[in-house]
Amino acid sequence: MKRVYPDKEYCIGCHLCELACMTAHSESKDLIIAYREERGKEGLSPRKRVFEKGSVCVAISCRHCDEPSCVAACISGGLYKDPETGRTVYDEDKCVGCWSCLMACPYGAIRRHPVKGKIVKCDLCNGREEGPACVQACPNQALKFEER
Amino acid sequence: MKYVIIGNGIASIGAIEGIRRVDPEGTIMVIGAEDAPAYGRPLISYLLAGKVDPDRLALRPQEFYDSNKVELKLGTVVTAVDTGSKTLTTTQGESIEYEHLLIATGGTPFTPEISGAEGEDVYNFTNIDQARKLIERAKDMKRAVVIGGGLIGLKAGEALFDRGVDVSIVEQSGRILSLAFDEYAAKLAGERLDEVGLQVQTGVTVKEIQHGKDGRVVGVYLTDGAFLPTEAVVIAIGVVPNFDLARDAGLDVDLGIVVDDHMRTSASDVYAAGDVAQALDLLAGDNRILPVWPNAYNQGFCAGKNMAGQDVAYSGGLSMNSISFYGLPTISVGTVNPPEDDSGYEIVTTLDERKRSYRKLVFHHQRLVGYVLVGDIDKAGMYTAFVKFRLEVGDEDRDRLKAGDPDVLMWPDEFFRKTWNPDSEAPSA
Ligand SMILES: Cc1cc2nc3c(=O)[nH]c(=O)nc-3n(C[C@H](O)[C@H](O)[C@H](O)COP(=O)(O)OP(=O)(O)OC[C@H]3O[C@@H](n4cnc5c(N)ncnc54)[C@H](O)[C@@H]3O)c2cc1C
Repeated sequence: MKRVYPDKEYCIGCHLCELACMTAHSESKDLIIAYREERGKEGLSPRKRVFEKGSVCVAISCRHCDEPSCVAACISGGLYKDPETGRTVYDEDKCVGCWSCLMACPYGAIRRHPVKGKIVKCDLCNGREEGPACVQACPNQALKFEER
Repeated sequence: MKYVIIGNGIASIGAIEGIRRVDPEGTIMVIGAEDAPAYGRPLISYLLAGKVDPDRLALRPQEFYDSNKVELKLGTVVTAVDTGSKTLTTTQGESIEYEHLLIATGGTPFTPEISGAEGEDVYNFTNIDQARKLIERAKDMKRAVVIGGGLIGLKAGEALFDRGVDVSIVEQSGRILSLAFDEYAAKLAGERLDEVGLQVQTGVTVKEIQHGKDGRVVGVYLTDGAFLPTEAVVIAIGVVPNFDLARDAGLDVDLGIVVDDHMRTSASDVYAAGDVAQALDLLAGDNRILPVWPNAYNQGFCAGKNMAGQDVAYSGGLSMNSISFYGLPTISVGTVNPPEDDSGYEIVTTLDERKRSYRKLVFHHQRLVGYVLVGDIDKAGMYTAFVKFRLEVGDEDRDRLKAGDPDVLMWPDEFFRKTWNPDSEAPSA
């Protein structure tokens, strides 16, 4: 399956991937409204996280592992592998906000939704025609969406 | 039957998923004593609290069993296993042959020696049936006593309290949450419960449960001599491995069913997984009972793959718990209460009482081996990485961990590359 691979040699830490991620997951699909309104009011937040150490940086998100720790830890059935697509899928309706997945995922790819009592995790922009928004937005091709 | 699984909990689901990774066709039968689709056992406290719909409890949709071609036999107890003829006997009187068997029978509630513990109005809090009974009961009951101040006891207490019941929790040892947490984390959780109005007493327990002439509970005598009037008692001390079936079948049993690094028991073609199994503990390096959810799934998954003919070793379990008390989240992973006389350990704690935030890191020589987070839990996974992957931390990185700032760029280069940006071949775990 295709996954998003981050390359720290190319990442410039601009956070554009986070903004693109938020926009893609917003109601309005508009960067300004997403950032200025939906972020504050609805707790819209990016599924990516940019880490920096000195001059090195990298933008990470869910790896859609073959054998994910989050799925093993999920007590509600809200996280599971889709056998067809290979994605690690999240069903918000089933999630009870116990944070077991957040604890178990050693990749730090799961965060708490700021207001909902649910988690936020990369869905590879499920269904988005142009593929994941973060990859499309990256100005230095530090994110690649490919089969490896 | 090619594959038979005894028990219909999370280890069983792990096993189905493991088997199907390797063998898409071989027949699978799951035999479960409870007459319910596999559900999130930890969710019974959410159910009791009214926080989750009864129809949302199933872990996997019916479609999962259909598409994986799993034959489910629920409400059926396996009464005997004959490892010679490779057959099982059930309460329905059937005799079922297996080629590969998984015993995933979980735990049975531990009941301490308390007089009056048998009888009406005494509950244990380990399955959906008990949760349903308590929901009914809570409608007309004013007071309940919960025995046990561990995770399960506190969650049971919280849930009953949410139903409008006055709850007293009694814990025999000096503090609540003594297994998974340290003193400070326990104190913060205790304060939260106290604030809300739950009574928690430590250093005492129930000596005797008093039943009235009609058999109904009227109160309990505590070890300090006090009498607490109550209408119900919930025994929530935990579970012990449910291995009678395995022992009677002649399998090696210690504290749980003994398994090797492929989840094989001492009988050929018989595997065990989950709360009933005594399997590898990643940090200790030997076999222990680590009765938590993620381990049960992982053991089942590993057993399933091996049953289907793949050769995979179990990577070992970690004790880990994530539980919230009235909105105060707590997480504990790995070794959190190391032996006091071992100078190889370094413990670093940071407490912010005002923010109700607490962090405890436990290092053993060059490695992080455990941590506790209360309140601010968002970086838990990043800490888990250091424990689980046993990454060495140098002085500079250790300072950053201590400052609450773990991240992936601290990982060794090669490991980082293989995980995040491998050349070819998709990353596995
Ligand atoms: C209230 C509560 C809260 C919990 N909260 C957490 C939590 O937050 N996080 C966490 O990590 N863990 C938690 N746990 C522990 C967790 O639920 C267990 O680790 C996990 O359920 C173990 O799964 P299992 O599949 O091994 O066994 P079980 O879930 O115990 O399932 C075993 C099944 O086998 C069936 N069975 C037994 N014998 C037979 C037989 N002879 N024939 C047929 N069927 C049989 C049983 O009826 C049962 O349904 C909690 C436990 C309880 C009780």
